[in-house]
Order: sequence, then C-alpha cells, then structure tokens
Amino acid sequence: MLKTVAGAAILFVLIAFTAYLAFNYAPVERTMGAIQKIFYLHLPSAFTSFLALGICFYANLMYVFRRQAKWDWLGVSAAEVGLAFISVVLITGPIWAHPVWGIWWTWDARLTLTFVLWLLYISYLLLRSMIEDPDKRALFSALFGIFAFLDVPLVYFSIRWWRTQHPQPVILGGAGSGLEPRMRVSYLLVWVAFTGLMILLIKARYQLEAMRADVEELRRETEVR
Amino acid sequence: MKNLDSVLAAYLAGWAIFFLYYVSVARRAEALRKEIDRLKNSLSRSK
Repeated sequence: MLKTVAGAAILFVLIAFTAYLAFNYAPVERTMGAIQKIFYLHLPSAFTSFLALGICFYANLMYVFRRQAKWDWLGVSAAEVGLAFISVVLITGPIWAHPVWGIWWTWDARLTLTFVLWLLYISYLLLRSMIEDPDKRALFSALFGIFAFLDVPLVYFSIRWWRTQHPQPVILGGAGSGLEPRMRVSYLLVWVAFTGLMILLIKARYQLEAMRADVEELRRETEVR
Repeated sequence: MKNLDSVLAAYLAGWAIFFLYYVSVARRAEALRKEIDRLKNSLSRSK
C-alpha cells in the first residue's frame, strides 16, 4: 500500500514538474501558438516508448538465448509500459494535428507505422494470454517481440525516408532543424522525467510478474499436498 | 490563448493513461498479494 501511494506521489510530482516546464518555462511557439505545448508530452512519450520497446527487444533476445524467466518478465513488463507510452502518442498526436492540419488523422508513413506498432504490441500481449504453458508462452512471445521491434526503426526513419504529412524531425534532424534553447531544455528535462516514470512503471510491472510466478509455484505445492 | 482547450485535453488524456495504467498494476499486485497469503495459509494448515 505504501509503495502504491509513493508511486502515485511520484507521478503527481512528475505531472507538476512537466506542466511547469511546458506552460511556464518554455516559450509560446510563434507559428502554432499554444497548441505546440502538446510537443512536450507527445515527443518525450514517443522517445520513451522506443526506449521501453528497446528494453523489451533486449529482454526477448536474452530469453531466446538464456531461457531464464526473469528475461520473460522484463520483456512483458517493458512491452506493456511501451504500449502505454505509444497510446499517449496516438492520442495526443490527433489532438495536436486537428487545429494545425485541419484533419485528425491521415494514413501517411509515420502515423500508419506508429499505429501498426501499437497493434503489434497489443498482439504480443494477446499472444501471451492465449498460451497456457509458461515456457512456450515465454518463447513464442519473445520471438514475436523480436519481430515486432523491427517496426521501431521504421517509425523513427519514416519521416526521413518518405514525404509525410507529419513534420520533419526537430531533434537530431540535421541542418535547419533544432529548437529554441528554452524549448530544448524543457524537452530534455521532460524526457528525463518520462524515462524515470518508465523505470518506475517497468519495476512495478516486473514485481507483478515475479508475484505471479510465486502464485503458480504455491499452487503447484498445494496441489502436490 | 487559442486552442488551450485542446492542449488541456491532450495533457489530461495523456496523464490519465499513465495514472490508469499505474492503478491497474497496483490493483493486480494487491490481488496477487492476497492470493499469495491465502495459499501460504492453506499450505501451513496442511502441514
């Protein structure tokens, strides 16, 4: 209970901190105005989702080679947390797009591949729920997770490789791109806060998986007696 | 400021997702904790 309250308190502090940076510290963008403030939620969520899915990919590879349950637990924990961050990206994107583009959604490469990424990790979790045997579940989902991660570089490079409605990169975008210094500082600090949030959530979810294994073990013991 | 309602909607929706996810993990953990206690009790009774 204490851990839950502490976790919720950390979340609340993070909200206040990121809101202060976005609304008070970072300047209002000249062309788009206030709507650009969504940037401080949208882009850090996208980068944090890539990080979480990268952890999932690493854990999946480790499970395939080592066959240790802890890698399976880490894989599913990171996948679920990554999915939460992609969901934020997919919800905040259209809210930002509507006043700027005049449409909520378009099937351009970036948006479509991000939606496919969301579907892939939903499928990853569905696949896990359909397999009873723990070893088979861990192996099949690890193999699927490795395949699903292939979409992450496609999402990242899509705006560089193809002409899209989605804007060109402002972070690591090369010549002509970049952010006003206070915007850059705000973005980086929000991203650090989101990475902390991601670690908190993965840790909480990992403990859940460890407890689930304890329950399975205790159930086996009670059946033997 | 123009479009401030959209900005607030985006922030509310974004943070609601994180909160709901955290609450769902905490609730699942609480249910498992209770199940572990129950199983441990039934094991100690059968000894």
